[in-house]
Amino acid sequence: MRMFSVVAATAATVVLSGIPLGAQQSADSTARRQQAAIDSLAAATRSLQARVDSLEHAPPPAPAPTRTSGAYMNVSFVGLTDFAWSSKADIGSLQAGGHEPKVRGFSIPNAELALDGAVDPYLKAFANIVYQLDAKGETNVELEEAYFITTSLPANLQLKLGQYFAEFGRGNNQHPHAWAFADAPLVATRLLGSDGLRSQGARLSWLLPTPFYAEAMVSVMNSAGATTASFRADESGSIHGGVPIDRAVSGAGDMLYIPRVTASFDLNDTQTLLLGASGAFGPNNSGPRARTSIYGADLYWKWKSPTASAGFPFVAVQSEYMLRNYDAARRYSVENATAVLPSETLRDNGAYAQVSWGIKPRIIAGLRGEFVDGDPAAFVVLDRQHRTRVSPNLTWFPTEFSKFRLQYNHDDRRGLGADHTLLVQFEFLLGAHAAHKF
Amino acid sequence: MNILSLIKAAAVAALVVPGAAPTPAGKLNVVATTPDLAAIAREIGGDAVDVKALAKPTEDPHFVDAKPSHVVTLNRADVLIEGGAELEMGWLPPLLETARNAKIAAGAPGLVVGSQGIRMLEIPTSFDRAKGDVHSLGNPHFLTDPLNAKILAANIAEHLSQVDPKSAALYAANLKKFNATIDAKMAEWQKLLAPFKGAKIVTYHKDFPYLAERFGLNIVENLEPKPGIAPSPAHVAAVITLMQAQKVHVILVQPFQNRKTAETVARQTGAVVVDVSQQPGTYKNTDTYAALMDNLIGSLANALKEGK
Repeated sequence: MRMFSVVAATAATVVLSGIPLGAQQSADSTARRQQAAIDSLAAATRSLQARVDSLEHAPPPAPAPTRTSGAYMNVSFVGLTDFAWSSKADIGSLQAGGHEPKVRGFSIPNAELALDGAVDPYLKAFANIVYQLDAKGETNVELEEAYFITTSLPANLQLKLGQYFAEFGRGNNQHPHAWAFADAPLVATRLLGSDGLRSQGARLSWLLPTPFYAEAMVSVMNSAGATTASFRADESGSIHGGVPIDRAVSGAGDMLYIPRVTASFDLNDTQTLLLGASGAFGPNNSGPRARTSIYGADLYWKWKSPTASAGFPFVAVQSEYMLRNYDAARRYSVENATAVLPSETLRDNGAYAQVSWGIKPRIIAGLRGEFVDGDPAAFVVLDRQHRTRVSPNLTWFPTEFSKFRLQYNHDDRRGLGADHTLLVQFEFLLGAHAAHKF
Repeated sequence: MNILSLIKAAAVAALVVPGAAPTPAGKLNVVATTPDLAAIAREIGGDAVDVKALAKPTEDPHFVDAKPSHVVTLNRADVLIEGGAELEMGWLPPLLETARNAKIAAGAPGLVVGSQGIRMLEIPTSFDRAKGDVHSLGNPHFLTDPLNAKILAANIAEHLSQVDPKSAALYAANLKKFNATIDAKMAEWQKLLAPFKGAKIVTYHKDFPYLAERFGLNIVENLEPKPGIAPSPAHVAAVITLMQAQKVHVILVQPFQNRKTAETVARQTGAVVVDVSQQPGTYKNTDTYAALMDNLIGSLANALKEGK
């Protein structure tokens, strides 16, 4: 722009000075003057061009401050709407998870407000506030997670503190919008709880100095509340069939301990394997000294095309196995207040395996098979009966920020027979771009 | 107790398994998110650094898997070079969180944000996802302008010198060499593209505006209707009509983009699909930034010549 104005000014001067002269003097000298003016213009243009060139090829100036991030805090809101229909009118009896439809028709099982960001140079924090509409249309609000993690402890350690989903297996600390299926695996809802294993506590993790990824961690958490179903939860009668006792915390043994080790290997450029083993050990409230132990093993394998477009195509396999030993103490039966159930160890286990095939950008086909089972005991509860479920589904992401999913569940519960459920999901994401964990 | 024995087992495992992959003695561990950043880091760092790229050359830099092996790489990095401007926002944050490496934390000398100092193009005036996946800090594909490569190189040299002052002279010398190479190459590239000033081209994604601006090309349309939105039949039809009306002969496509859509459009319009990459190492003998740009600009100039 500046170059043009300089040239224009020069040209104007030449023309203006040229006119009166041209009127008085011979044509010859006019031509000479004009030639001189043209020459000086050409020289000016050349010197300007040289300046432009030198600017273009000059060493770049010291980096100017550029804004390189957006805000202090990422804010996002995920809204999930389900439409469900099932051979059972009471869909809640089939869909035990906390973020699943309970009635025929529409439901909003999960709307979450997520906040995260750096607290200061040493801490990062995350909070997740969940809104749910119950079957009557009433809104429940829950502080699902609120924790911080350290960013720079020595020796590859990291501390997490607050309310959070325990790192048990692969699925437990994934939020519903990251699930490959419309519902949580049966084994997770039965052994960890309808809303997963989640409590207030602290976790110390250590990234091992191995050439491959390996991380060991242990959480110490409170063992009471609805989201510690296999421990001191008020509703534990659904597991042991007895009347829970009011069991206070009397020592370190009454806390919940959740260790986990995980390791990953790149099999080649396109395939990655992730393995994990977890445990959860703590008191339960069937009696004053009763304890629960849960063991889990998990596997995730993924292949992604070397020229993937938007991350597709890919194939991912995920599987988890869990085993729970629940020491039920001598206790009064829920069914019959005068009957006493014997001291016994209730053993439950279950597994699921699922495959997700990202066929082409933003279209994923999935198939999941699963079972859960409980050993015979001195009483019968629905939550310990043998059950299998097979679920094919199809997911379409119109963009990264919205999702449609269609899923069919074929359920088979021992003694109750088969049930068929159709789940349709629509989900949107507002706000900060969610990062994808592996 | 179960937990204690598990922790003990982990500790024993840590002692027994061989240590971290050896870093060549005394070399700085430099990690770059993408191969283009890595290539420039190699030229500036020379023998004083060991450079690894997280993304593969053929991988879409917006959609890299946050693989656990990347956690290990980042955990042991002395320097991290990221493109910035939200290029890696979908996968880098969770990796950094698990990597827990203070040396490459925000504000640390070990973190190079590539977009720092770059005059960003296409900074949106409003943040509205109805316009597609727009990056709030501007278009992050800035390295197709060689002058931006020089700014990045200076940025890298400065950070390397801060982290490793004893090799500062080497970094300064390498920067000088890099700038001289780019200046010489720049004259060649400008000459190659000079006959095509104002030439109209179509690209798949909005990933070449910096190249177009530097060399006076005119990107009239993208096959994606909006950034990150897959081409719809209606949009493809509109692009075909536009290309026919404006006589556009060249469509640029990167390896991870949908070539089939480009081929369909090319068939209808008589245009050529030009395979190009912004990542060194995608094609043979394109390991350095200058070699990559030779390939990119050469392919483009050839295609434009054919179209004339």
